[in-house]
Amino acid sequence: MAKKVAFMQGNEAGAHGALYAGCKFFAGYPITPSTEVAEVMSAELPKVGGKFIQMEDEIGAMAALIGASLTGTKALTSTSGPGFSLKQENIGYACITEVPCVIFNVMRGGPSTGMPTGPSQSDIMSAKWGTHGDHPAICLVPASVQEIFEETVRAFNLSEKYRTPVTIMPDEIVAHMRERIVFPEPGELEVINRTAPSVPPEKYKPYDTSFGDVPPLAAFGTNYRFHVTGLNKMEDGFPTTKAAIVQAEEERQVRKVEANADDIIKYEEYLMDDADIVVVAFGSTSRSARFAVNEARKQGIKAGLFRLITFWPFPEKQLLALSKKVKAFITPEMNLGMCTGVVKGCIEGNAPVHGIFRVDGEPINPGQILDKMKEVK
Amino acid sequence: MAFDYDKYIRPGKLPHIWCPGCGHGIVMKGLIRAIDSLGLDKNNTAIVSGIGCASRLPGYIDCCTLHTAHGRAAAFATGVKMAKPEMNVILCGGDGDGTAIGGNHFIHACRRNIDMTYIIMNNNIYGMTGGQFSPCTPTGAKASTTPYGNPDPAFDVAKLAIGAGATFVARGTAYHATQIDKLIAEAIQHKGFSVVEILDDCPTTYGRRNKFKSVIEMMNRLKDIAVPVKAAEKMTPEQLEGKVLTGVLYKQEKPEYTTEYAKVIERAKGAK
Ligand SMILES: Cc1ncc(C[n+]2csc(CCOP(=O)(O)OP(=O)(O)O)c2C)c(N)n1
Ligand code: SF4
Repeated sequence: MAKKVAFMQGNEAGAHGALYAGCKFFAGYPITPSTEVAEVMSAELPKVGGKFIQMEDEIGAMAALIGASLTGTKALTSTSGPGFSLKQENIGYACITEVPCVIFNVMRGGPSTGMPTGPSQSDIMSAKWGTHGDHPAICLVPASVQEIFEETVRAFNLSEKYRTPVTIMPDEIVAHMRERIVFPEPGELEVINRTAPSVPPEKYKPYDTSFGDVPPLAAFGTNYRFHVTGLNKMEDGFPTTKAAIVQAEEERQVRKVEANADDIIKYEEYLMDDADIVVVAFGSTSRSARFAVNEARKQGIKAGLFRLITFWPFPEKQLLALSKKVKAFITPEMNLGMCTGVVKGCIEGNAPVHGIFRVDGEPINPGQILDKMKEVK
Repeated sequence: MAFDYDKYIRPGKLPHIWCPGCGHGIVMKGLIRAIDSLGLDKNNTAIVSGIGCASRLPGYIDCCTLHTAHGRAAAFATGVKMAKPEMNVILCGGDGDGTAIGGNHFIHACRRNIDMTYIIMNNNIYGMTGGQFSPCTPTGAKASTTPYGNPDPAFDVAKLAIGAGATFVARGTAYHATQIDKLIAEAIQHKGFSVVEILDDCPTTYGRRNKFKSVIEMMNRLKDIAVPVKAAEKMTPEQLEGKVLTGVLYKQEKPEYTTEYAKVIERAKGAK
């Protein structure tokens, strides 16, 4: 049977990806340029017995998401810039309580209200450091409508597998563009569900590390009763200030993501075999970069593209290895150097890094990248 | 025979954090008796709170318990209830938690009339952080951040809840301990968003700053100001000056949110 093909918008594809992953709950608050996700979920979720709720603000939406997830329900919210800032309080709560949930944040200009309809890639630091304290961060940065669908499924999988919130962050261009999408058949993409407890209720502890760094999570409303708190906690879920336990728990929470970076990190290498000028890019900017690389090749410049699909955890190892064999990196991004700084931070000064920064609401075009290649070659 | 609270208290989690003379423990006992009188299934009962001394209550009770972020209990609880409407969802917290930082979530939970019960422990102060004024601190009162007397007017929690759309609103006091379980039980049985305000006391951060010589004096004040709604009907406005009404203040049947959403599901599935 022929697969279902459609001409679809990025945000809509994100909503359908969530449904494919088994999402049964959405809580949100309207904000451009992400609202289409909420609109599709409001129409589709009740058809499959799921629940949609428009909350009073983004703080409440993030809270409702965590509450729903604790009943064993896969949950999604969507937002953008100012809303992402408001969600940070409870993203931290989901981190420390280790409750799976997915945040679909469409990147628009900022800070503050900024440019509501303009594209941007300036939330990548918020995705890691937006909430206070040490915590794990997983952030995915898709570059096409098809990839938004597939990466939303993966966002749910990673969230369930590692018991942590996952952010998927298309920029406004990718979120609003319309492209051909081929829908995967049910069962074609892997769908992961959180591990349920294997011990009887009286033995259950929500943070029992004898099961490894990602302890099984029971659901409210089954016969497992447990306590959840945003305070530093012990393995039974109750608060503690015991130094050794707090230290060990904080380290485990970060380790469960960092130690599994190879499983989480995804990237694409394009014409990289012999490349000596490497563009590191993501989202819509990587599309311009691919075009520029093709043009450069025609002009005899050995250019290649390292396209980030996972932004956090960052592929530090891979870039460090690359930095030992290339002449230069070019990092085009719609912000004032966030990714550039991260790249510089992991290559130990082995190669120069040339940023191209735009925050004027216009995309970075291939010509700009090509010019930079000619300049540094 | 004395009531057996142990059935509902989590083993090993006492003593609680509350100061001697704090009213929050009286409310907890009332809630436990209410849960018992209704025979609620502990597995199917979620107790959700925000942050503050009052919000520590759920940790002691052997149900599904969720101690959230400051002011956010109503929003977290809404997620639990929407995802699993068959669960009994009870919220609790202090006046600061519920009416300041959580005010927005509070009024919207009232407006939706979602079937949950919110127990708000009003001690007129931010106890946990050492006695700063809350939206329920009386004008003129002393708090650590109103050294010259509080210039702010206070909220009437019950009126706020009624105005925002809650369909069951009751008020009790920590002095009238034996009434608390009955008010809470009636609130839980009500289909819709129910609010039970319990006036209680914080001797540690409010009492000592406001010239209460003892906990007994604070409790006696609660006794003196409380007037049951029935009794109030026969009193003149002059007699009611400085009093607060107690009992069930408001009750109305209105469409409940999760029931209405179930109809949305039916419509979406094309069943009706
Ligand atoms: C976002 C945030 N802001 C401030 C605080 C600090 N804080 C903790 S408890 C509290 C006040 C609690 O007062 P109330 O809700 O009246 O409860 P009580 O302690 O009196 O029982 C405050 C302001 C916090 N935990 N989180
Ligand atoms: S500080 Fe006040 S509210 Fe907190 S436990 Fe002590 S008496 Fe109760």
